[in-house]
Amino acid sequence: MSLSLDDVKRVANLARIEIGEEEATTALAQLSGIFGLIQQMQAVDTAAITPMSHAQDVMQRLRADIVTETDQRDLFQSIAPQVEAGLYLVPKVIE
Amino acid sequence: MLNYSLSQLSSLLAEKKISSAELTAEFLKRVWALNPRYNAFITLSEEASLAQARAADMIIASGDAKPLTGVPIAQKDIFCTKGWLTTCGSRMLANFVSPYDAGVIERFNAAGAVNIGKTNMDEFAMGSSNETSFYGPVKNPWDIAAVPGGSSGGSACAVAARMAPAATGTDTGGSIRQPAALCGVSGLKPTYGLTSRYGMIAFASSLDQAGPMAKSAEDLALMLNVMTGFDPRDSTSLQREPEDYTRDLRKPLEGMRIGLPKEYFVDEISNDVARAVEASIAEYRKLGAKTVEVSLPNTSLSVPVYYVLAPAEASSNLSRFDGVRYGYRAPEYVDLNDMYRKSRAQGFGAEVKRRILIGTYVLSHGYYDAYYIQAQKLRRLIAQDFAEAFEQCDIIMGPTSPTVAFDLGEKSNDPVQMYLSDAYTIAVNLAGLPGMSIPVGFGQKKRPVGLHIVGNYFSEAQMLNAAHQYQLVTDWHTRMPG
Repeated sequence: MSLSLDDVKRVANLARIEIGEEEATTALAQLSGIFGLIQQMQAVDTAAITPMSHAQDVMQRLRADIVTETDQRDLFQSIAPQVEAGLYLVPKVIE
Repeated sequence: MLNYSLSQLSSLLAEKKISSAELTAEFLKRVWALNPRYNAFITLSEEASLAQARAADMIIASGDAKPLTGVPIAQKDIFCTKGWLTTCGSRMLANFVSPYDAGVIERFNAAGAVNIGKTNMDEFAMGSSNETSFYGPVKNPWDIAAVPGGSSGGSACAVAARMAPAATGTDTGGSIRQPAALCGVSGLKPTYGLTSRYGMIAFASSLDQAGPMAKSAEDLALMLNVMTGFDPRDSTSLQREPEDYTRDLRKPLEGMRIGLPKEYFVDEISNDVARAVEASIAEYRKLGAKTVEVSLPNTSLSVPVYYVLAPAEASSNLSRFDGVRYGYRAPEYVDLNDMYRKSRAQGFGAEVKRRILIGTYVLSHGYYDAYYIQAQKLRRLIAQDFAEAFEQCDIIMGPTSPTVAFDLGEKSNDPVQMYLSDAYTIAVNLAGLPGMSIPVGFGQKKRPVGLHIVGNYFSEAQMLNAAHQYQLVTDWHTRMPG
């Protein structure tokens, strides 16, 4: 598998990271090197192995459906880039 | 006093030979003097530190002191700390004053410890040299031309240069152990699930674990007693009976079986590191331990597997940084998507972006099975290797890092070479096992060498025992940079 410049731009767009032409070219060279390393994985036959998603074999804990947090809106919004009347402001999405 | 252990400092405080305020001021004075040279701290707040110290003095006066009450501890800037700037080494969080405390910070607060400052680190803990920090690289106090290792490089440097008696770190692929090795201090990554990840800014959630960095194994044990414990706010936190990690320190090592993986002593390891590690193993034999050769056949797959799984998890975790509720927002943009794209392009550094791109790619349609699932399957093989090795030995030892600290700039333009410097530590995170590094000598250019000690699940007390017994008969851990 070899990565193309278009792949890099497509993935950058999926990740919502703006990337210029020059930056994409540099990224392509570096990512190709890294995928060269990653490619070593393909040499192993893993057909009979169950994927391991987690280090501990434990079940997800459930908790009671009760309110545990207090209202801290003002505190949390004090560090937001832009707020108004208790709302987070972003550019207009719907006309 | 700079070389005093945590329990010695605690005794001084208990006997009222010094107050916490005086002790804290003393260490802060050293931090202010040395930090311009080493860049180990991102944020210092004399006011907040001294306020905590004075509160600790009241607790000591009332007779309710715990082992770390009044002792200054440096906190890695990955832990959300209420009222403190918490940057995670990134421009993205350059203005983030945390509105809450991480679970680990709460535990230090409850123990009466004093936060002496927030330490520098690779951006979002992604790096092995501390060169990816938005706040500039940390220097290795043994040789300022060398990197301190990463990502907990600021914490390692702070302890090595005796700017703090102990510090916290986090370890996703070696970020406690490798900088501990490169700076000549002791560091321990606990079994996955023992320390709370609540409020510890997430990199790769199935691998991230907080742990202590200190001058000695004895100090690590005291730190671990404070840091570990169940936290219901972390969904992977383990519910277990509390342990006293100091309980086995004094046990003799007679009969302990040390496994030496044959894959760890091959071409990749440099001669100076091999010599120091072999000398330390010889010391262990003198202490009564036996050595057996073991095999971890999938060792060489650890780095490739890690660089699929960790970026995959990172790309998901870091999607929260969008410039809406907190953190960096680009000054100019045309619409919402453009705001996301520009805020993330400007807020993240090159290494973080690289890993987000890798992660997004391996999780994207058509590549998921070939990369992500394949990596998870190999992760199981790597974990099984350890399970089989632990049938023949009690503890595994080898080098923490294949070389001593490399020069600043030496690997910063070659990500693959940088990634390979974590070849020995990464497998331990993939398996979820505990691992530690202790100083065992010096290699090229008089730069420190670390011994990597890996235990079975929940065997921290035994690992600390092995490390402590070695430190009783050697003095590498007491050496400090000139």
